[in-house]
Amino acid sequence: MPVISYIQAVTQALREEMQRDKDVFVLGEDVGVRGGVFRATDGLYEEFGEARVIDTPLAESAIAGVGIGAAMYGKRPVAEMQFADFIMPAVNQIISEAAKIRYRSNNDFYCPITIRAPYGGGVHGALYHSQSVEAIFASVPGLKIVMPSTPYDVKGLLKAAIRDDDPVLFFEHKRAYRLIKGEVPEEDYTLPIGKADVKREGEDITVITYGLSVHFALQAAEKLEKDGISAHILDLRTVYPLDKDAIIEAASKTGKVLLITEDNKEGSIMSEVAAIISEHCLFDLDAPIKRLAGPDVPAMPYSPPMEKYFMINPDKVEKAMRELAEF
Amino acid sequence: MAVEKILMPQLGESVTEGTIEKWLVGVGDKVNKYDPIAEVNTDKVNAEVPSSYTGTIKELVASEGDTLEVGELVCYIEVEGGVSEEETQEASPEQKAIENHDAEAGNEQDQPMKRRYSPAVLRMAQEQDIDLEQVKGSGKGGRITRKDIQAIIDSGEIPKKGGAKTQPTKEAPEPKQAATVPAQQPPKANATEVPVAEGDVEIPVTGVRRAIANNMVRSKHEAPHAWTMVEVDVTNLVNFRNSVKGDFKKKEGYSLTFFSFFIKAVVEALKEFPQMNSMWAGDKIVQKKDINMSIAVGTDDALFVPVIKNADEKSIKGIAREVTELAKKARTGKLKSDEMQGGTFTVNNTGAFGSVQSMGIINYPQAAILQVESIVKRPVVMDNGMIAVRDMVNLCLSLDHRVLDGMVCGHFLARVKEKLENISKENTSVY
Repeated sequence: MPVISYIQAVTQALREEMQRDKDVFVLGEDVGVRGGVFRATDGLYEEFGEARVIDTPLAESAIAGVGIGAAMYGKRPVAEMQFADFIMPAVNQIISEAAKIRYRSNNDFYCPITIRAPYGGGVHGALYHSQSVEAIFASVPGLKIVMPSTPYDVKGLLKAAIRDDDPVLFFEHKRAYRLIKGEVPEEDYTLPIGKADVKREGEDITVITYGLSVHFALQAAEKLEKDGISAHILDLRTVYPLDKDAIIEAASKTGKVLLITEDNKEGSIMSEVAAIISEHCLFDLDAPIKRLAGPDVPAMPYSPPMEKYFMINPDKVEKAMRELAEF
Repeated sequence: MAVEKILMPQLGESVTEGTIEKWLVGVGDKVNKYDPIAEVNTDKVNAEVPSSYTGTIKELVASEGDTLEVGELVCYIEVEGGVSEEETQEASPEQKAIENHDAEAGNEQDQPMKRRYSPAVLRMAQEQDIDLEQVKGSGKGGRITRKDIQAIIDSGEIPKKGGAKTQPTKEAPEPKQAATVPAQQPPKANATEVPVAEGDVEIPVTGVRRAIANNMVRSKHEAPHAWTMVEVDVTNLVNFRNSVKGDFKKKEGYSLTFFSFFIKAVVEALKEFPQMNSMWAGDKIVQKKDINMSIAVGTDDALFVPVIKNADEKSIKGIAREVTELAKKARTGKLKSDEMQGGTFTVNNTGAFGSVQSMGIINYPQAAILQVESIVKRPVVMDNGMIAVRDMVNLCLSLDHRVLDGMVCGHFLARVKEKLENISKENTSVY
């Protein structure tokens, strides 16, 4: 199996879906001639032409709105927000239109749009290029939010998102783009949206997380293994709607749960995961449910020491895991 | 920064151990020298342990409810500045011994989380009927983890309640403590066997209650109690006291109680029978020179036994005053440690609540306790064959038969009786 990077998995999935289905097209800022600021759509313009790889004006509301309209007419648009931070002007389109059209029209219309956006910090991007925005959409029934951690998951889930008949927000961690590499099969495959994945089996503590933090947890688990601490790691992959069964099973397995998100702690995805666990797992819990998250400050700082303070990193994860194991 | 130890202080002349009733500080708290850091219960009195240093509390070694020997480690405190003067002083041999003891028993004592059970642990313990008291915790602060329970279930050796496996008790560094161990265990064992039905009220045992329980069990367990009673005609005493009590109250501001007359008579008799004023000390009997009279004072939920020191040097008035003061302090919780120490004989005013007969438990390690019962009017056949209505009272004596025999007690009681019956305006002064 070839080893490719996280972003190459994005490109492969897009190319293969566009080859497979003529209704699939991409639109966004600089996705065409330039091939995307992160090079996610590299080569697509040349292969599929300007009708299926559309450079748009700097108007996210329009990108979403055009995509939603096209989707309702039977196309399979993949809209790109250049940074997740820029999704704000499109929120009204996504929440009020895309998420609700199936319900509102009693199944007469539906909206098979995929909206991709790079999110997350650790790249000295400061305020407008570092945010985690998933929590904004994570209370909107009708939406699905996918946040994969590995190239394998990226490819399988992006294909599933494109083929899904309802709107999917597909958030890619921008620091993972070139940092994370992994084996990806060449043949066509999809992964189920809404299903979490056990990335590591363990007995002592359970870590539930998603995105880049999955890798931090895996690294920390390697170190802790040497001290006899065995960590069970669940990658949510889809953060809305949550895979409740997998969460309950993972939490019940060890009774000691660490939840990690890079987002601000309060009101994050992990707040909901914690609520699910406390609703269902009380009599299996052996320790308070612990959350490791970004501080509740408005934005990712630009100053490197401050950014480091804000970000989740392997040391913080290891410390939190060790404390929980020793409790 | 230097880390200093705070040890269980000597809170009274004969105090050998104290129970941490309540921590007044937590880890990380800043305290000044002499600030109270914990409430400690010793020998039926609550006292506060002052900090020996100014600094930050680093670790609480003892848990609430733990009973520690005097000089045992209570907590660690981080002291500002380098090496403190206490540290440079040569540690006494006792202290060194204590330190060694700590090092050996360290793990046993540092278990503040031992009884903090998680929902998972409680559920599994209930399902498998595991007695958590017998489980050793591997978690932080001695906490019993889910894995600990799982390991026990997997091993199949499940410690049940009331099983042969005993609780891990602290090492007894000196034989004195060994005597207290049997006294402490029975109440705990009983507690686990009492079925609690819906609607029953479970009252946690306070330090004072536990101290009372331990002392009672110890006394009843160690001292073979014998019991005797005499009947005293106190008609003259009643007449005399009634004739002077109004004036006395007006002049002195407090009541002239019958109890003071009884104490006075007992004290005088003790002077004549020093055997009664003694204690069993294993290989010898110690006859005390001072006559320090313990008096039992009940409150709503506890029993205190303050002491009238050198009662033989006091008049009836002096005794009445001290009884009033000590009783007031006991009821308002203001008794000091030294006011509870050094008693050599106990008088208990059971008559106050109408009792006419009772068998007291000796106030350990004293040799006897005298119960003054209620004064009641009764028809009595007098020497001349006539029947008269007289004020009668029963005096009940419990004695430690190791120290005392019936003969001396009989003589002693007869002397008390004689003194009481001869009290009259002519030969008695309250001053």
